[in-house]
Amino acid sequence: MKKNSSSELSLKQSFDHWKAEKHDKALKKASSEKMEYTTISGRKIKELYTPLDLDGLDYLKQLSFPGEYPFTRGIHPTMYRGRLWTMRQFSGFGTAEDTNKRYKYLLSHGQTGLSVAFHLPTLMGIDSDHPLAQGEIGKCGVAIDSLADMEILFNKIPLDKISTSMTINAPAAVLWAMYIAVAEKQGVSPKAISGTIQNDILKEYIAQKTFIFPPEPSMKLIVDTFEYGSKEVPKWNTISISGYHIREAGSTAVQELAFTLRDGIEYVEWARQRGLDVEEFVPRLSFFFNAHNDFFEEIAKFRAARKIWAEVMKERFRTRDERCGWLRFHTQTSGVSLMAQQPYNNVVRVAIQALAAVLGGTQSLHTNSLDETYALPSEEAVTIALRTQQIIAHESGVINCIDPLGGSYFIEKLTDEMERDAKEYIRKIDDMGGMVKAIELGFPQREIADSAYLYQKAVEKKAKIIVGVNAYEMEHEPIPFLKIDETVAKQHLARLRDVKKTRNNAQVGEKILDLKKAASDKQNLMPYILSCVKAYATLGEIMDSLREVYGEYQEPITY
Amino acid sequence: MVGENIRVLIAKPGLDGHDRGAKVICRSLRDAGYEVIYTGLRRTPDEIVNAAVQEDVDVIGLSILSGAHNVLFPKIMNLLKEKGVDDIAVIAGGIIPDKDIPFLEKIGISKTFLPGSSTQEIADWIKENVRKRP
Repeated sequence: MKKNSSSELSLKQSFDHWKAEKHDKALKKASSEKMEYTTISGRKIKELYTPLDLDGLDYLKQLSFPGEYPFTRGIHPTMYRGRLWTMRQFSGFGTAEDTNKRYKYLLSHGQTGLSVAFHLPTLMGIDSDHPLAQGEIGKCGVAIDSLADMEILFNKIPLDKISTSMTINAPAAVLWAMYIAVAEKQGVSPKAISGTIQNDILKEYIAQKTFIFPPEPSMKLIVDTFEYGSKEVPKWNTISISGYHIREAGSTAVQELAFTLRDGIEYVEWARQRGLDVEEFVPRLSFFFNAHNDFFEEIAKFRAARKIWAEVMKERFRTRDERCGWLRFHTQTSGVSLMAQQPYNNVVRVAIQALAAVLGGTQSLHTNSLDETYALPSEEAVTIALRTQQIIAHESGVINCIDPLGGSYFIEKLTDEMERDAKEYIRKIDDMGGMVKAIELGFPQREIADSAYLYQKAVEKKAKIIVGVNAYEMEHEPIPFLKIDETVAKQHLARLRDVKKTRNNAQVGEKILDLKKAASDKQNLMPYILSCVKAYATLGEIMDSLREVYGEYQEPITY
Repeated sequence: MVGENIRVLIAKPGLDGHDRGAKVICRSLRDAGYEVIYTGLRRTPDEIVNAAVQEDVDVIGLSILSGAHNVLFPKIMNLLKEKGVDDIAVIAGGIIPDKDIPFLEKIGISKTFLPGSSTQEIADWIKENVRKRP
């Protein structure tokens, strides 16, 4: 056998030679410590990726072109050349007046859609005069109890021109009904409004924990909104299937991907069992992911998500309409990655995460504000966050070319690994009998708690470095941040009392009774909820009547 | 074991469902040898104080991220006082700005752990500052 020159060696032999003779030797000289290189999720990363890693890659089958199945490279043929992502800052604090003012400020500075953050009593479906609401009014979001608050929230904001996303889950149907009612008062038909309700109860049981009813009636109520929406409010996304909170609760990137997509499958299955036409409602499903610190892992996650969803729709649900396979998603940068220590560094973290979301092909984006480890964002902080998106869009040049990282040996291999591992989880949950069953078994909850624990231990051992926290620490001046004082509660409670006094209480009573009866009869509740909110029944009154019919969920306590 | 049978109640007052931190702390304290009881989410001041008394704990750890601590913590401290309990150490953590700490100390919260505190610090603090109740 003749001695091969480098050019005659096979790629594999060349690589092995490079690794042993060049890389490993140089590394030995450079560092005596043997470092393990992993992503933030603990995934091992090699020192170099080459064509060897993409052996057998079938371009048309696995990647194809943007706007073509399986949409790995993007759901639209033009992506950001056709239309930039929607810049949508999640926002809400204090009273409806306070938040209305913030919305107008954001819209006047180039934001292109609204996203409502409700305070915790609203998220939990109780009124602000409930004992459990003490201390919580207007703190984590805007206080909304009735249509009267909602009218002020959207005062002089044209709902036929602006799309609105609402982060609301257990009581989603009620807040959506209020929005529809406000639009009608503005003279805008339900057919003309657009936006999203989060309405994703499964990830509440799994991670965010603002659940009210047990899984079965909760799923029923969600299917009601699918059914109602596809007929009456056709431009509305009736669900935003969310991995965001799963990740924030401590999951890995793959767990976020897998649990979210499996939640998506669960919703489609429950709606199909009710007899809904898959082709009709599936195009209104949207998704919501987290953009965490690990740049390439996040980009690979977004690409893998599109591919898996397209396949699920085609192969598992046999859909024909291509739009069923479009995984449209919103992204928010990672809240837990923000640090209270040296908070101005958070601007840099957010920029890196936002860039990953854009390179991953997001349809809309929220960038966190630097002060959010302390409180809801100040006006200055949220402006920097919005400007971060605008700099990415208009200065960085990353929008010039679609899926610019497609074809990178590393990104393609990583996308492939994420897909493989997520599918493994999906199979496991299928074997358990679906996501509701898996939740009852505590499976996703346990997986997430384990990951959160492992990560915390890695940080404490300094196997993972957090700048300013376990390395490069220093003293710093406190930063100014938004404080919600108790006058907000006073103002807001005065309006609630006023509403209860001035409305037609007999009519409210009748509408609530109708709703309860419809709930017992298992009818679609949307028309009944709409009449309740139009009569100025409060959120708490509506939810209480449903609590009587459906009961309340008690989660198994585990850690 | 460092825990010497010290019993810790980790409690979540307030309406928020952010239990990542509480769960990590439960597990870490258990691994450090303490007996840990976790209340679960959205416990009222009454429920927390009753659980602490019934379970005969030595420490209550309050975890809250909703911003309602200045309203809820005083209620918890008052209820403990009303029940004549003065030998349970109460510590806290979550999203609590440092400028609220003087107020929390005044009402009797022994220690507030700010974001970024390690689980080891919390375990060590209990070891150094808490003795088994008689």
